[in-house]
Amino acid sequence: MTTKMMGAKVQRVEDERLVRGTGRYVDDVALDALHTAVLRSPHAHARIVSIDVDAVLDVEGVHAVWTYDDLEGAMAEPLPLLIPHPTLTQGRTQYALAKDEVNYVGEAIAFVVADDRYIAEDALARIAVEFELLPAVVGVEAAREAANLVHDDVPGNVAARMEQSNGDAAAAIAAAPHTLSLDLKIERSACMPMEGRGTVARWDPDQNRLQVWTSTQTSTGVRAAVAAKLGLDLGQVDVITPDVGGGFGVKIVHPWPEELLVPLAAQKLGRAVKFTEDRREHFISSAHERAQVHHVEVGFDDEGRVLGLDVRFWHDHGAYTPYGLIVPIITSTQLLGPYKPGAYHVQFDSLYTNTVIVTPYRGAGRPQGCFVMERTMDAIAAELGKDRADVRAVNFIQPDEFPYDQGLIFQDGRELKYDSGDYPAMLDKIKELVDWDNFESFREAKAAEGKRVGLGLACYVEGTGVGPYEGAHVHIETSGKVKVATGLTSQGQGHQTAFAQIVADELGVRFEDVEITTGDTRRMAYAVGTFASRAAVMSGSAIHLAAKRAKEKALRIAADALEADIDDLEIVDGVVSVKGTDSSIPLGTIAVLSNPLRYAFDEASKAATQFNVGDPTKPPVAEDDEPGLEGKDFYSPPRSTFASGMHAVIVETDVETAEIRILKYAVVHDCGHLINPMIVEGQIHGGVAQGVGGALYERMAYDESGQLLNASFMDFLMPYVTEVPESIEIDHLETPSPLNPLGIKGAGEAGVIPGSAAFAAAIEDAERLTITAMPISPSELFALRAAQKESK
Amino acid sequence: MTEQIHEIRLTVNGVEHETAVPARRLLSDALRHDLGLTGTHVGCEHGVCGACTVLVDGQPMRSCLMFAVSAAGHEVTTVEGLENPDGTLGPVQQAFRECHGLQCGFCTPGFLTTITAGIAENPEPTEDEARDMIAGNLCRCTGYQNIVKAVCRAAELARESEDVQ
Repeated sequence: MTTKMMGAKVQRVEDERLVRGTGRYVDDVALDALHTAVLRSPHAHARIVSIDVDAVLDVEGVHAVWTYDDLEGAMAEPLPLLIPHPTLTQGRTQYALAKDEVNYVGEAIAFVVADDRYIAEDALARIAVEFELLPAVVGVEAAREAANLVHDDVPGNVAARMEQSNGDAAAAIAAAPHTLSLDLKIERSACMPMEGRGTVARWDPDQNRLQVWTSTQTSTGVRAAVAAKLGLDLGQVDVITPDVGGGFGVKIVHPWPEELLVPLAAQKLGRAVKFTEDRREHFISSAHERAQVHHVEVGFDDEGRVLGLDVRFWHDHGAYTPYGLIVPIITSTQLLGPYKPGAYHVQFDSLYTNTVIVTPYRGAGRPQGCFVMERTMDAIAAELGKDRADVRAVNFIQPDEFPYDQGLIFQDGRELKYDSGDYPAMLDKIKELVDWDNFESFREAKAAEGKRVGLGLACYVEGTGVGPYEGAHVHIETSGKVKVATGLTSQGQGHQTAFAQIVADELGVRFEDVEITTGDTRRMAYAVGTFASRAAVMSGSAIHLAAKRAKEKALRIAADALEADIDDLEIVDGVVSVKGTDSSIPLGTIAVLSNPLRYAFDEASKAATQFNVGDPTKPPVAEDDEPGLEGKDFYSPPRSTFASGMHAVIVETDVETAEIRILKYAVVHDCGHLINPMIVEGQIHGGVAQGVGGALYERMAYDESGQLLNASFMDFLMPYVTEVPESIEIDHLETPSPLNPLGIKGAGEAGVIPGSAAFAAAIEDAERLTITAMPISPSELFALRAAQKESK
Repeated sequence: MTEQIHEIRLTVNGVEHETAVPARRLLSDALRHDLGLTGTHVGCEHGVCGACTVLVDGQPMRSCLMFAVSAAGHEVTTVEGLENPDGTLGPVQQAFRECHGLQCGFCTPGFLTTITAGIAENPEPTEDEARDMIAGNLCRCTGYQNIVKAVCRAAELARESEDVQ
């Protein structure tokens, strides 16, 4: 092993099991489990007058049916508000099973446990609920009007109003030579992982212990929530996150009602119990994102330099606020992207509606912020008749200005201070990738063929690797194999591969000898979770530090055994040797020496007998030491690290049908040092596809009564291969982060952030009409054309 | 009310299984829950996403749209049956790994079965034909570019192994 693994396109170790069909997702475990189904509200807003479950008890194969009245203690309290904030003065969360009132179609009302899902669903059909219907509040406009209230005790439907500023934006705009105002809108979409939510629980009466398997982005979060709600000690609850079929944000929400009801049922019934969400349930009872309405006032000079920017926006957070204000706070701060306006003021209202809750979806508020900022940049360029790239360039933070303090507070309560980046270099790269300077001749050539094309550009900055911490434990076994555990979870990011690359490099062991476990509270009880593009930064750094500790111990023991100086030692392929000599000792043997036992039981133990370590006059385990060849460490950064990128897209808009076709898609991406470029590019591909979905296809079609009309894959248009770019031109810039030992930044969400912004710009450029709302369908574009014709 | 139970024989990956199911039991559920072949995944339960695709007499079928009783007497192939006889990865499996054609892996079994049937019918697909081949399967992770590459690579690997034999 002389090649460095970090930075290599290493094939994934996960794939071996996943392509054979031997992966383990939640629904694959406990095939003997009882199944569950949930009665969900058919109404967006109603009072529950009565619930009659008597008829269910006659259904053969039903083991339990619960409503709110069956819940006790903490289970009868509202679900936790996970992230409180001082401005969230009217936070509300739902109950595990609805108490007296329902506030969205899909809210859980009753829970049935049966032999199988078929019988459980039969049982649901026999539950009779009498509702008193209330008027539904749907969409930002209705929420703002507040003619009706979602929660009787929340005036104006406003959960929070938050304001931040840097400088006096109003004064700067008033004094600016040019001003513009824009009204912009983005609709709802959702994560839509291919695997929905799912939870399995087993109660072990012999050990008084609960084991929960759940499809989550935070094992430790679920563990704490289950323990608190079921009145168990943390030590009685193990949570295991097996293979997860995609997350994209929705699975960071916890505990879902089912994540509590399933463990409770397992405990009460003494049987393994399982909940596997179906697709319609995922649409109406998990979470959505994106919907916001913005009003922008901007003042700028003759070069297009933004002197003052004032943004007022309204965020639709659905019926409850379990995840606090994270999404709108991110929008309000990350909107600034790579730019440095002279002064900035932002204010948002987070509003209740009778719809599914809104919590982070890949990008988490950034796609909206990026859309607003980039629309503003394009509007400034149009107003001044300047090149759109040039207007951006004059607003960039310059490479010598880092660390750059935007003067705001970020989602983690820390300063919005960018650590590093090089935006001018990135702009040069994206312009080259998309042949920006020659686009006009391309446009003319296409026009000669009767075709209409447009070019769009969008830039973003993404705070990644948010704290508070992650940890890692590295254990070198006597076989020489290295077992590593970190607490955050995996949903397809290839952590078992990328983290093993880090360990192989740091320890000097073969990549194949490293085995990574994620998301198992039995192996690592202290962890936060996988969100905010933080896994590589947080756990990657923690693993690096833990491996370093194990290595230090290995070298110390090896130096003693080989009677050599530590500085003369090296580790290659799991063997420590004195550089330039034959004197060596395998790590497995060092592992034996690190654990002074009375008993020899394997070859490694026998091999160890030839070495003498330790001072015979002192205790075999020194006071400041412990047995075993292990390393444990935690990484906790002062603040987020800021990745960045730019996307450019060329579209053709059909002159007749207004269909929108992607001719070229280019990405320049800076996530600091790359661990595995193959995986990073895969993340970009997937993000871009979701960006295409959000820009051109996906929306949640609620009617005025709060019914979601497109709650299926038939009607909610997720991109197939036929909708995505055939290829994506990718170039990387590697500006290392000074905040972590590996110089890395997050990459998970990046690909999706500038999607709507870039497409809006490209379509606007092709059509010469103003795009203010996304997503945009061919019929909407057609209507815009007609409206423009009429106004002329 | 007691459901009528049907004793059926299902041939899956060349192995005959006897099982007893109600008439309404979906093939996907029978494979997963009754036979323990959990490699077949269910993504939408209404035949749109393609994750549950299995081969029935060599033809791709959505196992969430088919009753287990209807599969009796037919040869069913699931993702667990796609490896080579010697236990190494089959060409489509190998190609997905080489081309990074999967991330979370949940939709993957449906792609693997679909492509297995696709390259049997068209052993030398162009990139456009590769896209057509997978145009009925949803993936939320990869953006599909690497899956298209994997189709072409799988066809290449399959041809190579044909040549060897």
